[in-house]
Amino acid sequence: MSDLTHMSIADALKGLESKDFTAVELTQAHIDAMAATKDLNAFVTETPEIALKQAEESDKRREAGKAGALDGIPLAIKDLFCTEGVQTTASSHILEGFIPQYESTVTAKLFADGAVMLGKTSLDEFAMGSGNTHSYFGNVINPWKGSDAKDLVPGGSSGGSAAIVAARGAMGATGTDTGGSIRQPASFCGITGMKPTYGRCSRWGVISFASSLDQPGAFARSVEDCALLLNSMAGHDPKDSTSAQKDVPNFAAAITGDIKDLKIGIPKEYRMDGMPEEIAKLWQQGAEWLKDSGAEIVDVSLPHTKYALATYYIIAPAEASSNLARYDGVRYGQRVEGEDLREMYENTRSQGFGDEVKRRIMIGTYVLSAGYYDAYYIKAQKVRRLISEDFTKAFEQCDALLTPTAPSAAFAIGENEDDPIKMYLNDVFTVPASIAGLPGISVPAGLDSNGLPLGLQVITKAWDEETAFRVGGVIEEKASFTALPQTLSQKAA
Amino acid sequence: MAQLTKGETGEWETVIGMEVHAQVIAESKLFSGASTKFGADPNSQVSLVDAAMPGMLPVLNKYVVEQAIKTGLGINSKINRTSVFARKNYFYPDLPQGYQISQFDQPIVGEGKIEIDLKDGSVKEIGITRMHLEQDAGKSLHDQHPTKSYVDLNRSGCALMEIVSEPDIRGPEEAAAYISKLRMILRYLGTCDGNMDEGSMRADVNISVRKPGDELGTRAEIKNVNSVKAVQQSIDFEVARQIEILEDGGEIKQETRLWDPDKNETRSMRSKEEAHDYRYFPDPDLLPLELAQEQIDAIKKTLPELPDEKKHRFIDEFGLSAYDASVLIAERPRADYFEEVAKDRDAKLAANWVINELLGILNKNEQDITDSPIKAEQLGGLIDLIADNTISGKIAKDVFAEMYKTGNDAAAIVEEKGLKQVTDTGAIEAIVDEVISENPDNVEAYKGGKDKLFGFFVGQVMKKSQGKANPAAVNELLKKKLS
Amino acid sequence: MSMDKETIRKVAGLARIKMDDVELETMAPQLSKIIDWIEQLSEVNTDNVEPLANVVNINLALREDKVTDGGCTDKVLANAPEEVQNFFVVSKIVE
Repeated sequence: MSDLTHMSIADALKGLESKDFTAVELTQAHIDAMAATKDLNAFVTETPEIALKQAEESDKRREAGKAGALDGIPLAIKDLFCTEGVQTTASSHILEGFIPQYESTVTAKLFADGAVMLGKTSLDEFAMGSGNTHSYFGNVINPWKGSDAKDLVPGGSSGGSAAIVAARGAMGATGTDTGGSIRQPASFCGITGMKPTYGRCSRWGVISFASSLDQPGAFARSVEDCALLLNSMAGHDPKDSTSAQKDVPNFAAAITGDIKDLKIGIPKEYRMDGMPEEIAKLWQQGAEWLKDSGAEIVDVSLPHTKYALATYYIIAPAEASSNLARYDGVRYGQRVEGEDLREMYENTRSQGFGDEVKRRIMIGTYVLSAGYYDAYYIKAQKVRRLISEDFTKAFEQCDALLTPTAPSAAFAIGENEDDPIKMYLNDVFTVPASIAGLPGISVPAGLDSNGLPLGLQVITKAWDEETAFRVGGVIEEKASFTALPQTLSQKAA
Repeated sequence: MAQLTKGETGEWETVIGMEVHAQVIAESKLFSGASTKFGADPNSQVSLVDAAMPGMLPVLNKYVVEQAIKTGLGINSKINRTSVFARKNYFYPDLPQGYQISQFDQPIVGEGKIEIDLKDGSVKEIGITRMHLEQDAGKSLHDQHPTKSYVDLNRSGCALMEIVSEPDIRGPEEAAAYISKLRMILRYLGTCDGNMDEGSMRADVNISVRKPGDELGTRAEIKNVNSVKAVQQSIDFEVARQIEILEDGGEIKQETRLWDPDKNETRSMRSKEEAHDYRYFPDPDLLPLELAQEQIDAIKKTLPELPDEKKHRFIDEFGLSAYDASVLIAERPRADYFEEVAKDRDAKLAANWVINELLGILNKNEQDITDSPIKAEQLGGLIDLIADNTISGKIAKDVFAEMYKTGNDAAAIVEEKGLKQVTDTGAIEAIVDEVISENPDNVEAYKGGKDKLFGFFVGQVMKKSQGKANPAAVNELLKKKLS
Repeated sequence: MSMDKETIRKVAGLARIKMDDVELETMAPQLSKIIDWIEQLSEVNTDNVEPLANVVNINLALREDKVTDGGCTDKVLANAPEEVQNFFVVSKIVE
């Protein structure tokens, strides 16, 4: 284990600048850490050669005084971001071997700032899942272990990114969040995950799951590091019609530790039946931390919360069923021939997609089909408006909402597999903000009795990531979460 | 006037509605920066967006939106301040996204109307239901390989306008007049080149028949109709087919049929029989298109004078017949040419020369008015020579032929060939005397009451003067001398 | 409203996903359960509520009509499963 892999991005940037170590050394340390944590199966494609080459160039830039904001920082990239010349699969067989001839806007921005790419991380196929158990390239294993030492899921869909950052195999990572795919795995893996406002980061070059919900975001081991990453990733992109022309503030500068002027809302509807006591307690604890730091705690109501998941499971599959129509074996990706063209389509898609993707395509196709469109899709869009209005009203009374990130800690691989709905319920606290397009950050706040991390989520108004970072920073400070995943501490011992 | 078709059980009325697809004139595609030029190498005008690579996103072309607004205004339609792009989902190899971005329940252009001109001189209004923007598909080639189809995506993503008419059309003539008029308007506006050979404009024709006064019958949709002639022929075929089925006690199946121009028939597209369910929904990669009234008003100010306005002006201002006006306004360059010729001249004379002489010879040689070797100003010069009696109308035709051949000015040709009209009565009188003395029998007969012979004398005089004698003077002198 | 097998077969056809009888047996109850579950939205009173398709509160930005893309046949065809003379190739399309 190397100190270099336990550093924060902020400290690593200082170390690089003061020549304590080089980008090549920092990168090599992470490549070694990746090798040591290979059994987590976090990557679909590792790119150590690219990483070392980028690191060498980074050292030259720094030498020349031209270092960028993230110069020399080794990152993992979710395999949903298209990377020029590097296989990009969305963890699907249908895209196995696909080599994009273009670079996604977000990764291009990161690389322009000097970031180093360690590899492409595994995810639930096409980002559809909450456990990273729906990857064609195998399950990703959470570096954390419960007392029974069973393999746990890292959460999903950005499970590979979360697992490798938690396992100190990368300093940070990109993720995408459609219904909780950054925040929930961050909570499960004991790291920080930030989903910004819909429209903050460009979706260009990010493989679409549900276009009106998908939003790139960042994983790191501190709130500040997440802010640094987001600063690089965010910004208007004329190639994405849903990307907003908003100035990108200095997110890291927002982490002042001072929240005396803030009102924090506690949405009562998030206190659901059957919520584990430990989670309720941690939530209460979080509210007290914020109160102790001078914020005012207010009770708010988000009355349509309980309908958010069902709304999401109409809208997201509907959009997905159409977004995934392009995987037809004609222009790229896998093709499975058949007797005729139609059979080629059907063979290609039934063998190329996994079960969860097929289920969602089926649901999505169904809810858009003639006779059901109004009853399901339009209905869901109406409820979407009600959910969105709930937040607008709540933010008349407060500046940020505090909630648990997930209804449980990481669960064992294989659990919740018998019933898709049980898996869907993992996103119960993250989906509402996604539906409303709001920013949310998950910050590790404690361990459960089984020694597994739990996160708290801060949701703010659209375009107010700064308040989310500010509140998140206070939770981070108060929680002083320093526990290491057992797999790492055992290896260290 | 409804055109009825006689069947064995009486008369049938044909009811037609048309969906015309017109490619929008623009440099780049509807949602990508790839070129729209016709006839490039396969897949060379394809962006990664057009090829629907993973993660690629559409960005709407501003000029195409302006072109659509212009077109909407040109067909007297309502411009919708808010319109929404929707996905029409279906699988086809030349449809890379697996959906076509189109507009469904909120199109950019709403209801409107155009006037069509019928052969009997009457004018009929055809309602426009709507017009929307959508992506064109690529092209599949089926004849290159025995078991394979080849796909070229150059057309994929080019902007189309789909203009949907009300079922107001009552027969092949009206259908032809409708599509011709639409084409004319789009060409005037510069929003579509109307080039049906290259597929820039093509029609789907919905046809049904009924007994006059009955409810609408079941319709068949004829696809791939891409010339005015094909529109007429396909309707003729389809009407006969439907009447035959109905008169035999059968039922018309609501189906999509394909026009086969080689066999002159429509036939059922069985592969399309499978129940379509396009699952339209708003494209989540795009937001609603919001237009400001000021933007619409600004575009309105740039509209050129449209065919109907021009036609009415030609009738009112120049005293032309409706027929002549229609011929002249059919193409904008033609109308412009005429106006230049007619300026400060006898407009009816100008119209005659443009329509009968110039268009006659141009058509014969398959030339457009823009290719004419005789420029408008030159034709004007010829008309001036007629007006001031320098040459007779008859001589003018010879001069015209020479102008067409050489491109020279009329005055120069008249001068060079000595074609000036003889108005000197002395010279004409000498010829008249000559003719009278050479034809004593006819003079006798004329004086005996055979009035028709007068024309013979005129002809003889003109002949002797090589056409240069002023006809009025010839008439006058002959009358005097023969009385 | 649960999805019967016939409906599932039809939907699978629309989505171009081959589904054999075994898969159909497994998937039918799963899909029906999901559909039953999302039915809960019918409880919500949405009278006079406008559907919300997109949450981003910006105007649709438009591009200038310039040729800025294309001319990259190599990139377009780089991942093609089958290609001849710069065409994509598929089994013959039957009209």
